[in-house]
Amino acid sequence: MTGTADGAGDETADGAADATAAVRLVGLDKAFGSVRALTGIDLTVAGGEFVSLIGPSGCGKSTLLRVVADLEQPTAGTVEVSGKTARRARLDQDYGIAFQQAGLLEWRTVAENVELPLQVHGVGKAERRQRAGELLELVGLADFAGSRPGQLSGGMQQRVAIARALAPSPQLLLMDEPFGALDEMTRERMQAELLRIAGETGAAVLFVTHSIPEAAVLSDRVVVMSARPGRITDVIDGCRPRGTRAPLGHGVDGAELAGDALSDRVDDVRESTAFFAAITAVREALRKGHG
Amino acid sequence: MGGRWRSALMTAAGFVLLVLLWELAKLVLPDAGVSVGDTRVLPRTDDAAMPHVWTVLAQLGRPEVAVPGARLVGVAVAAAALFTLGLALGGLVLGAVLGMVLALVMLRFELVERAALPYVVLSQTVPLIAIAPLVAGWGGKIAILGWSWQPWASVMVISSYLAFFPVAVGMLRGLSSPIRADVELFRAMAAGWWTTLLRLRLPASVPHLLPALRLATAAAVVGAIVAEISTGTRGGIGRLIIEYAQSATGDPSRMYAAILGAAVLGLVAAGAVGLLDVGLRRYRGSVR
Repeated sequence: MTGTADGAGDETADGAADATAAVRLVGLDKAFGSVRALTGIDLTVAGGEFVSLIGPSGCGKSTLLRVVADLEQPTAGTVEVSGKTARRARLDQDYGIAFQQAGLLEWRTVAENVELPLQVHGVGKAERRQRAGELLELVGLADFAGSRPGQLSGGMQQRVAIARALAPSPQLLLMDEPFGALDEMTRERMQAELLRIAGETGAAVLFVTHSIPEAAVLSDRVVVMSARPGRITDVIDGCRPRGTRAPLGHGVDGAELAGDALSDRVDDVRESTAFFAAITAVREALRKGHG
Repeated sequence: MGGRWRSALMTAAGFVLLVLLWELAKLVLPDAGVSVGDTRVLPRTDDAAMPHVWTVLAQLGRPEVAVPGARLVGVAVAAAALFTLGLALGGLVLGAVLGMVLALVMLRFELVERAALPYVVLSQTVPLIAIAPLVAGWGGKIAILGWSWQPWASVMVISSYLAFFPVAVGMLRGLSSPIRADVELFRAMAAGWWTTLLRLRLPASVPHLLPALRLATAAAVVGAIVAEISTGTRGGIGRLIIEYAQSATGDPSRMYAAILGAAVLGLVAAGAVGLLDVGLRRYRGSVR
């Protein structure tokens, strides 16, 4: 349980289910030349936990995500992903990643895009097809398996990108402003979708965002960061609606909440006082970090 | 497919327009051309300088020499054009392969790119006329596995020398076209260099490669014709143009018939490369 010591007291129930933290950062520093992008980052993301990173531009939140993804090397400190080094975790495809741009390959069909990570790792064609089918079902795009990415709307493309990130069944999703380019309505729908998917797959999510409401509604915890040097200034509890993986006796007749029910719950959260309290707390933390 | 038909139609219309302009020039302009003072600003348009289009076409049906059983001019032109087409396509394939390999090496080793790219550009500023005799001269001294160098091999090499350039530059550009996020996605998926090449860079290079190949085709044809002339290689259309130009001073229609053959040859080569477009259609719309 030492892995979840970092401000995650209320996550012990989840942490107990999976003794290995999804992400564990200790004393992480990252410098680009003389610019200190990140200093003294300590952060633990428990298995199944949803953690948002929020902060002003240049606070290093994307860099932090990229260090976890092994796309950047830390200058100092420890990075552990699923109990392994970041490099090992990347090579083992222990995480899935999605960026602001869906980044689908235009010459591949939607299904072939979803299959890509599996193809790269030499999974057989039949198995790939089947897995892509399941994932497109999960993101509600089963009817578009044979379409080209260019024929899809921005929100649909982003859902394909999420399906692709989920293809190797990772227990960690890294997302860098995945809904940043979407309009507000699509964005809210996608947030509910993401919560449902995270619930159904049980994956932990490390989520970079600019949007305070987005961070508040999605997260178990909101990590507030500040720039020059990039550091964590506060950790605030978010309002993530649970339910899709409710333990027996907690959901509707012990069954999983259907996507629609979760979507209603998300809407309820958006109107709750706890939500506004979280937004206020995050906003104040951001202002404090700025001053 | 409608677009394809339309573009074929436009090509035909362009050809008709060219014929009409030619005949119009003959009709309207004086035979002696147009002179301002002592300087002639428009060429002579009499039948000796600009034969009628139908005279040129009729020439194709005449025998080459006034001996019974002699070859028809049309047959000679077609045979020569076919010979040159083979050399040009051979040069194109050779040049395209060289260009692609060079692009791959430049992509893989940045140092090579910085070192080689200026020379790649420089290579194209050396006049073809200058290197043609050199290649022919060197070639004459080589025998590969008992196969002695043939003059047509020099032509193919020179043709490829012109063709590799657009392919190398276009391919390098295409291979480097994926944006950083795409490359990082592949890295995040733990894809190696070769997998990234196969699944990302090569497909992404197609929209850059196809126009480069079209340029290379034109360059290969021109290169083959000029190389034939400057190395004195027999059997091709380049040589035939010279022969007809020299032997028929009084009747230029024969030379024009050979030039017509060279033009058709270029169209056929371009058409052959156009087929690649159809085959690689799924990769085309990906320039961002």
